[in-house]
Amino acid sequence: MSRLTATFEALAKTGRKALIPFITAGDPNPEFTLPLMHAMVEAGVDVIELGVPFSDPMADGPVIQRASERALDYKMSLRRVLAIATEFRKTNQQTPVVLMGYVNPIEAMGYEDFANAAQRAEIDGVLTVDLPPEEAEECVSLLKARDIDPIFLLAPNSTDERIKKMDAAGSGYLYYVSLKGVTGAGHLNVVDVEAKLKQIKTNTRLPVAVGFGVKDAQTAKTVAGLGDGVVVGSALISKIEANLDDPERAKREIVDLLVAMRQAMDN
Amino acid sequence: MTEKYNMPDERGHFGPYGGMFVGETLMLPIQELNAAYQQYLKDPEFIAELDADLTHYVGRPSPLYHAERWSRELGGAQIYLKREDLNHTGAHKINNTVGQALLAKRMGKTRIIAETGAGQHGVATATVAARLGLECVIYMGAVDVVRQSLNVYRMKLLGATVVPVESGSKTLKDALNEALRDWVTNVDNTFYIIGTVAGPHPYPAMVRDFQAIIGREAKQQCLDQVGRLPDALVACVGGGSNAIGLFYPFIDDRSVKMIGVEAAGDGVETGRHSAPLCAGRPGVLHGNRTYLMEDDDGEIIETHSISAGLDYPGVGPEHAWLKDTGRAEYVNITDTEALEGFHALTRMEGIIPALESSHAMAYTMKLAPTMKKDEIIIVCLSGRGDKDMQTMAQREGIEL
Repeated sequence: MSRLTATFEALAKTGRKALIPFITAGDPNPEFTLPLMHAMVEAGVDVIELGVPFSDPMADGPVIQRASERALDYKMSLRRVLAIATEFRKTNQQTPVVLMGYVNPIEAMGYEDFANAAQRAEIDGVLTVDLPPEEAEECVSLLKARDIDPIFLLAPNSTDERIKKMDAAGSGYLYYVSLKGVTGAGHLNVVDVEAKLKQIKTNTRLPVAVGFGVKDAQTAKTVAGLGDGVVVGSALISKIEANLDDPERAKREIVDLLVAMRQAMDN
Repeated sequence: MTEKYNMPDERGHFGPYGGMFVGETLMLPIQELNAAYQQYLKDPEFIAELDADLTHYVGRPSPLYHAERWSRELGGAQIYLKREDLNHTGAHKINNTVGQALLAKRMGKTRIIAETGAGQHGVATATVAARLGLECVIYMGAVDVVRQSLNVYRMKLLGATVVPVESGSKTLKDALNEALRDWVTNVDNTFYIIGTVAGPHPYPAMVRDFQAIIGREAKQQCLDQVGRLPDALVACVGGGSNAIGLFYPFIDDRSVKMIGVEAAGDGVETGRHSAPLCAGRPGVLHGNRTYLMEDDDGEIIETHSISAGLDYPGVGPEHAWLKDTGRAEYVNITDTEALEGFHALTRMEGIIPALESSHAMAYTMKLAPTMKKDEIIIVCLSGRGDKDMQTMAQREGIEL
């Protein structure tokens, strides 16, 4: 059983929901990421989505775009993100790590070389924003052969047919992007998300994590009531951006926010 | 080879290139767009409306002009210019925007967005939006906003909102990123008019089909004027829409050589260029797999060209396929050479070409002398040079 599946099953047994932070690896500098990952685990997160910076992040709003640019200024790359994940695994065997990014850095490395490198780094899942199941066959089979979960995105306009397609191609969990738009935008509409999740749940056996629009403990609690996991990204990266002169302080604020979310979600 | 060329496949693949590499939110809209496009492509009423617009609004057919003096001067092949510069708005871009705008109207969309590099596609989009009374937002790299300020003013006069894009390299690729972000957010009422043969399927095929009128006319005009097919076609390639428009109707005519001219900027060997087909490698950007300019880590690198319209790190996936299969050949021309082409056409024929088209002119100057006097080259004069007066004056140290 994959580390992701085990994590979601263990949570389900205690009636809890997964708290899943997204951070861009290498933001605001390459040394910051590893200690931040450990600190987030201390704060009570269940899965870490580690963003691989890309020069042209088409699906991301300004906050994550700028995070990518900061990381790229330090020449952060897919190889270096894998190295960070390898370091993380040396002292943490429990927390699943999911790489999230765009397909071109993977194409540049080559699908098979990437799958091998991800396996060596003990990566648990790979979420590629611009690689829909239609284009993902080769990549998915290479990942699955190495027990790495391919994670797919669902959107408010995904049809039953497409949800079934993601269910068949994906494993670990599905990630429901609860807003049309880029990351960090807009507000959460609970009624819409609830209705959509009902539709998704009838078409998949996989856990569903919900992201986009999760900003604070209250929205985290609301979303936790709807899906199997809560993804928070731009709200964390905003803390980094607000404290570029003092990354330690950014780390403290991120931990505080995650602790508050954890408590709100569990109560 | 007798098999008829029939690309792309159902999912938009040209061999390993093309495809639909988009996030889930865009999957449904591009499928809807494809369905609408396939439907109207076969709808006689739609085709009649498009043809009428191309005739009475765009001013087609554009002439195929025998550049006799220039041909004589170069001492080789006879050069014929396909005069897309004479279209309404001054470039080939309007062939496509007229088509996509009609499609937007049929699909009930009320808002048009587009990206632009040199501003020609932005102007052509703002033009059709004004005519149809549609809201129009144009994304343009902040660097391009400065170097093509005349076109920015034209778009504003036409009622469009021009949004300068400050992210990344602040050029065409970043404008495309921003337009895609807008589309994801406003997908219900918005139609995204992509200006070149890139982007996710169906854009590369759809834009090609709208631009293929260039080649269809040129073929017939050449038969009418000379009585036979040309020996070579030459066109500049940024994203590659004017080139594919000229090439496509000739793909099965194996005797016709097809040559795409990329922008070599300061020279391909300097790394400061915009020539992915000549010096890049395959990857995925903006919804399709194609040749890209990227570093070893797969990050897209900055491009350089004197012409904003060629300053793009990717290229249409069909060009990637035509390159790999050897059906078309891709060469490159530096900024300096392009300027020679610019001046030559201006002085020899009294036609001021766009800097983009000047790359095709410059290559023609190399090619024509190597060919026989009874051989024929058709060069796509994709746009007129008025928009580049500022750039040219600046480069030559003249204050306007």
